[in-house]
Amino acid sequence: MIEVEGLTVRFGGVIPIDGMTVTFPGGTCGLIGPNGAGKTTFFNVLSGFVKPVAGSIHAFGEDLLEMADFRRARWGLRRSFQQEQAITSLSVFDNVAMVHEHSGQARSSRRQDVLDALAFVGLEVSPKAKASVLDARDRRLLEVARATVGKPRVVLLDEPAAGLPDEETIHMGQVIAKIPSQFGALTILVDHDMSLVSACCETTAVLDFGKLIAAGPTAEVLHNEHVVNAYLGTEEEL
Amino acid sequence: MRAVVITVSLAFVLVAVPSLVSVYWVKVATAAVIFMIVALGLNLLFGRVGMVSLGQIALLALGSWIAARLFFLTGLPFPIVLLLGGLITGVIGTLIGLPALRLGGLYLALITLMLAGAISIVLTHVDFPNGGGGFLGHTEATVEYPDVRRPSIAEADDAYFRYAVVVTALMFLLALAHVGSKAGRAWAAIRESEPAALAAGVNITRYKLWAFALASFMTGVAGGLLAANEGKLYAEQFPTIDSITLLAVVLMGGIFSLWGAVAAGFLAKLLPALLDDWGVSPDFVIILFGVGILQVVVTAPGGVVDQVPKDVKRLGRLLSRGVGRLAGARGPAG
Repeated sequence: MIEVEGLTVRFGGVIPIDGMTVTFPGGTCGLIGPNGAGKTTFFNVLSGFVKPVAGSIHAFGEDLLEMADFRRARWGLRRSFQQEQAITSLSVFDNVAMVHEHSGQARSSRRQDVLDALAFVGLEVSPKAKASVLDARDRRLLEVARATVGKPRVVLLDEPAAGLPDEETIHMGQVIAKIPSQFGALTILVDHDMSLVSACCETTAVLDFGKLIAAGPTAEVLHNEHVVNAYLGTEEEL
Repeated sequence: MRAVVITVSLAFVLVAVPSLVSVYWVKVATAAVIFMIVALGLNLLFGRVGMVSLGQIALLALGSWIAARLFFLTGLPFPIVLLLGGLITGVIGTLIGLPALRLGGLYLALITLMLAGAISIVLTHVDFPNGGGGFLGHTEATVEYPDVRRPSIAEADDAYFRYAVVVTALMFLLALAHVGSKAGRAWAAIRESEPAALAAGVNITRYKLWAFALASFMTGVAGGLLAANEGKLYAEQFPTIDSITLLAVVLMGGIFSLWGAVAAGFLAKLLPALLDDWGVSPDFVIILFGVGILQVVVTAPGGVVDQVPKDVKRLGRLLSRGVGRLAGARGPAG
């Protein structure tokens, strides 16, 4: 469970997150909202790239903001990026092993853990292949493999299916939906694809201008009047 | 296969080169081999971690100074002095690397260049140890002062060449061991994406400083080798501009492969000597390097070690196609 209390982030005169209070109960949770709502900024706060001016975040009872940024991965916080960040000069195996060796897991299980993570996401390329030769889908899957290797506790996925065709998005959705049961990790999914969010997430929170406007079971949230007005739009507008 | 090629060529260099060429060329080759270590340090910093340092020649001068001082001050065995010189230079280089934690690109280059300038000014004033007393170990009193000593097993020039090749090979092994390990993977992540490295749990501060420490250690060891190769040291041997030339040859050699540092050593030390031998002023290498850098930046980012094998392959294909065409043309007629 992640409990966020009164979180506020300020960049000069801009306030991308404004007193956000929300609880992510567990399983796979959606986080949606229009562009600029503060979703990625929220992930960056969790990762430690951005320091909030106020508020607190407790993950499984631990004060996340007190933890040094590079220690959070060892604690079990993982993430993918909106713009995939495959390390192109490393092999597929080394991309995942790189995360594993900083995660505090035993060296003896590294090889198996890495191969398991690659199998889990369904990446069917040679582990020895350089990440530079992978296509868009495989790079996205590689990011998810990196985010799930070595006992993750919280997995943040920032538009993991952006730019992928429908069929591949469905595969990605199936992988994401399995993360909580496979690893016991709380997963937060940011995406604009509502069918992906509906397919993966039991609960969903909605941000607009840095404020939480709705949270709860996904189906209810997606029919919430405020959410429809702020983000989804009415049928007439479509 | 690659290991075999490397072992065979190393054995050839060790056995054959000193007996095939004159003393002058042995000395040039020794300087080139020592310079490969310096190039290797910058190759690691720039090629692996993405940090540009323009202070490497100043570190080399510092390494030479420290090693020379230790040689005159103590009776420690040669390898121990090399190691100590490397370690002390490593500590100093790590301090120089501290700005790298906050600065990148042009600013880091500028800061390291200014530090290099500062070091060379200080060295010009205190001069190099020449058997004198005190902390600085420099004396103007004697006319004939002693040389920095060489290892007892490698007093002669050709033996010292072999000694330098072995030390250089060890430095390359050290670099290879790093690149293929946890540190190498962390460096790759830092170079390509610091956010991704951080998200993977890489302690960026530690790995950047470790890269500076390793590169400085190597440069310090090279300094010790250089001190014993030259015998007598002068501040004029380490002009600040050489740090910029070093970056040029490291780029030309190729920064995506450690072997680029081997090519860099040849470019920096062998090429000027060859020009000199042909009666052309060695100063012209600067112009050649300028053209070389232009070529690397525009058409061959992998440098010499990447480009030459490709060109050879292309030439081979061209030749075999030519031969094939000739044979095809003769076929029906014959």
